Amino acid sequence: MAYSDKVIDHYNHPRNVGSLDKSDPNVGTGMVGAPECGDVMKLQVKVNPATGVIEDAKFKTFGCGSAIASSSLATEWLRGKTVDEALAIKNTDIVTELSLPPVKIHCSVLAEDAIKAAITDYKKKAAPVTSEAARV
Amino acid sequence: MKLPIYMDNHATTPVDPRVFEAMRPYLTNIFGNSASRNHSFGWEAEEATEKARKQVASLIGATSKEIVFTSGATESNNLALKGVAEMYAEKGNHIITAATEHKAILDTCKRLEKHGTRVTYLPVQQNGLVDLDQLRMAITDKTVLISIMHANNEIGVLQPIREIGKIAKERGVLLHTDGTQAAGKIPVSVLDDNIDLMSISAHKMYGPKGVGALYVRRRNPRVQLTAQMDGGGHERGMRSGTLNVPGIVGLGEACALAQAEMPAESKRLAFLRDKLKERLMNSLDEVYINGTLEHRLPNNLNISFAYVEGESLLMGINEIAVSSGSACTSATLEPSYVLKALGAGDDLAHSSIRFGLGRFNTEEEVDYVAGKVIEVVKKLRELSPLYEMFKEGIDLTKVQWTAH
Repeated sequence: MAYSDKVIDHYNHPRNVGSLDKSDPNVGTGMVGAPECGDVMKLQVKVNPATGVIEDAKFKTFGCGSAIASSSLATEWLRGKTVDEALAIKNTDIVTELSLPPVKIHCSVLAEDAIKAAITDYKKKAAPVTSEAARV
Repeated sequence: MKLPIYMDNHATTPVDPRVFEAMRPYLTNIFGNSASRNHSFGWEAEEATEKARKQVASLIGATSKEIVFTSGATESNNLALKGVAEMYAEKGNHIITAATEHKAILDTCKRLEKHGTRVTYLPVQQNGLVDLDQLRMAITDKTVLISIMHANNEIGVLQPIREIGKIAKERGVLLHTDGTQAAGKIPVSVLDDNIDLMSISAHKMYGPKGVGALYVRRRNPRVQLTAQMDGGGHERGMRSGTLNVPGIVGLGEACALAQAEMPAESKRLAFLRDKLKERLMNSLDEVYINGTLEHRLPNNLNISFAYVEGESLLMGINEIAVSSGSACTSATLEPSYVLKALGAGDDLAHSSIRFGLGRFNTEEEVDYVAGKVIEVVKKLRELSPLYEMFKEGIDLTKVQWTAH
């Protein structure tokens, strides 16, 4: 399979690889996928509680080159966005940016899911009472 | 040393220059139809195919009249299974095969099932080998054929063909073996192993693509097949179609070379394979060999690098041609059914790489490949959330994953 230049670039030079402190109340962690499916993404955001802006984003991905590129690109896009802006990122934006072929669309879906999971986790931590109430 | 390096010799092999030279006259001046009985053009072609028939027969301890030329092992497998099922339909309608067979066997069985044949797919043990007791128990009075491959194309394990042959003989059942990967790589004797039918391919042993053979036993017992293609009644009526003379000459020469060079070459390949394995296992943790090392082709290494996904590894070693059991490398999005059949878990199937060493690989290439794989696996583990969790002591089997 031929990879687009952008996928190759993210694969060779992944942006924002690493981990943030999970116990930090301003850090949201999303982990999606499963080893038996061949891809697992961990995506973390660190939010400034005063402004609601994502100040840092990190990822680690087990998966094919397109999965690595999708999550690497996601962290680039997340930095500097507000939480609400981040939730507006769609998997189709990732498909377009990386020129993913149809068989790799699930990689972009996984990246969108990871963003949503990380932000949900942050919101839960930031307002435990509200989310508790919401659950009831 | 030149890049890229080809180390995918279970998929196909390059044509040996000596094979090509043997074929050359038959692609140019000597063009006759070996079935033409009335002139020298036909006689020359026939002489060439009969020489090749002897060369093929010699490699597996058969006689030349037992060799039927085909277009390759897929056709040989189809002819063997369908031909036996049809010919022996009155005797019984049951075939036994194994879960790790090539698709040319499994899908042929699937088709036969649609036409009333009953097929038992034996599971394999974790080492990749069939359990002989399970085989014995699967045989019924309706069983006409056992088809078990000699060497597996993914993990290179060698099935206990001699023992299987004994069981088949005792129970009066025919034994077919897909010898695509084994022929020319390890010694094969159809007499000692009680093999009744055996499929062979030229392009897996440095011959050309598009030609192969089916060994069909003539004595004790005399195996009969119903032809699957109608036409001029070539190959003793078992396979019609004008013989592919240059291809057959190439197959014959490939067999002769493989037979002459096998003792030295299999030692050389085993040395290179073991060197590759040692270097990978000494430099990396959490590395698993798929299938038994004890009963294995000398040129095969199928290995899983836990917590690293196979396709991403292939991408990092893109100047080395190998293959992966990962789903992402295939159109089906399903990881290798062979590795799944070993029960190793889908995650290790996704992390597997198959190295297939060949006649033209050098020690320098093996050193380069080992170094490059180690470098890329380390890089990808830095990227892997699973490796991080493993290092933190988290049991990954206890994590609640969000399967998708």
